Amino acid sequence: MPIISVVVELLDKPGQLLSTLEPISRGGGNILTIIHQRDKITPLKRVPVEISFSVEDERDAKRIVEKLKEKGVIVKSYNEIRLIATTSVMVIGHIVKTDLSDTISRIDSTGFAEVIDMELTMPEVNRPSTAMLTISATGQEKLEEALDILREVCKSKNLLLVEPINEV
Amino acid sequence: MISIAIFGFGAVGQGVAEVLLRKRKQLESLIGKYKVVAVTDSKGSVVDENGVELSKAIEKKKKGGFDGEKTLGVIESLDFDVAIEVTPTDVNSGEPGLTHILKSIEKGADVITSNKGPLVVAFKKIKKLAEKKGVKLGYEATVGGVMPIIKLAKADLAGNDIKVIKGVLNGTCNYILTRMEKEKMTYSQVLSEAQELKIAEADPSYDVEGIDSAAKLVILANAVMDMDAIFDDVEVVGITRITPEAFEVAANKNYTIRLIAEANKEKGFLKVSPRLLPRNHPLAIEGTMNAALIKTDLAGDIVVMGKGAGKYETASAIISDLVEFYRKR
Ligand SMILES: NC(=O)c1ccc[n+]([C@@H]2O[C@H](COP(=O)([O-])OP(=O)(O)OC[C@H]3O[C@@H](n4cnc5c(N)ncnc54)[C@H](OP(=O)(O)O)[C@@H]3O)[C@@H](O)[C@H]2O)c1
Repeated sequence: MPIISVVVELLDKPGQLLSTLEPISRGGGNILTIIHQRDKITPLKRVPVEISFSVEDERDAKRIVEKLKEKGVIVKSYNEIRLIATTSVMVIGHIVKTDLSDTISRIDSTGFAEVIDMELTMPEVNRPSTAMLTISATGQEKLEEALDILREVCKSKNLLLVEPINEV
Repeated sequence: MISIAIFGFGAVGQGVAEVLLRKRKQLESLIGKYKVVAVTDSKGSVVDENGVELSKAIEKKKKGGFDGEKTLGVIESLDFDVAIEVTPTDVNSGEPGLTHILKSIEKGADVITSNKGPLVVAFKKIKKLAEKKGVKLGYEATVGGVMPIIKLAKADLAGNDIKVIKGVLNGTCNYILTRMEKEKMTYSQVLSEAQELKIAEADPSYDVEGIDSAAKLVILANAVMDMDAIFDDVEVVGITRITPEAFEVAANKNYTIRLIAEANKEKGFLKVSPRLLPRNHPLAIEGTMNAALIKTDLAGDIVVMGKGAGKYETASAIISDLVEFYRKR
């Protein structure tokens, strides 16, 4: 399944993001990550937002981008990310308290790896939660690098990382 | 006539004695006549140069303990061909087994042990001394109970380079994880159950913190992978933090969770930690079983499996070493 990354420029107003996401989902895209690049705000006060999603087929992605443009969304860039190595890992502990989005963005911000799927279960408050992360990277080595980062993050946040037996 | 001395007379020591008694005919057809000249416990011993009456020694131990000469005195004063060292494991000091083993080897006796401590602490030293003295050293029982991993690696896979070993080496942990998965119980619930069933010790930390697995891993790394490892080289994470939900979340991706000990010579690391395994993975075994996956350069991947512990299972591994040492050609 190809993974597509688009950067769109949105006005910093409610409802903007939703109207962008809708055509993506409708067109068969499975949204993976949304990153607001607030540090790259344009002179016209637009916020670049990087959205990555997976599609069955490259053609679906093209259709989605056409649709976005038709709706007047400014699409700055459009790329297929070639993520060829994937693994699942489990994280157990106070995942939310220790800033889950930071944990994920430490992977996503590498540019070569992404958390493409996550399942989180939270039992009662104060009990440790469990998450299964699926991480993809542009290659086997890069995946290993991403895992190294995750190992460090988990160590510093005192989270238990359960790695797959077929180590990447 | 082979003279045997048994040091330590708990579950394993008595198991060995029972087997030597019960299967005498079969064993003597393999190795020739034998006698047990001494059995010892922490307080004393029963010694007879002409052969201890094992059934009486077992009776006596059941009623209380031994008295008389202690193990070290027995080693000094008595002649024996082979020492079976089955005292408790201490992975920090290796004692009392380490001294028993070194002194027995000094005397020129062969040694068979199920005690991990001495091998974890001083594998090289013991091995060197045994080579110098020209005696045999058997320790199949230290790793994986009956699972025949050491002989498999040394004999049947001779000539291979063993690159990686991954194994489920602790039956207690495997039992706890299997039950958590099947019954959706919490770690502490299953632990109490396992303690009631005597699968886990009153102080379970040695097993559940991964220490036992790490000790076995160090022995494997030294004995069959030539890795020159010590206990502190192993990164150890136990199973105490695994949540019941973990199994559900894992199952959605068709995974299960097991405590895996991995010695990886290619990447140069030793690690004991809970890992995600595809449910059909050969190491995704259930209950108190042990299993190991051995990656070799010539033979490819090999998997062994067997009961990880138990009185007779461990005795079986000790007897197999004995037969290997003295088999009539
Ligand atoms: N049980 C298993 O399934 C299993 C499996 C694999 C390996 N092992 C290993 O095999 C060894 C024996 O296990 P086990 O289950 O038989 O243990 P155990 O039931 O606790 O028996 C240990 C025996 O060693 C004796 N002992 C303690 N200190 C001694 C000393 N200084 N000198 C002489 N004897 C001494 C004890 O004497 P007292 O009776 O006076 O206390 C007892 O008889 C351990 O190292 C264990 O890790 C056990």
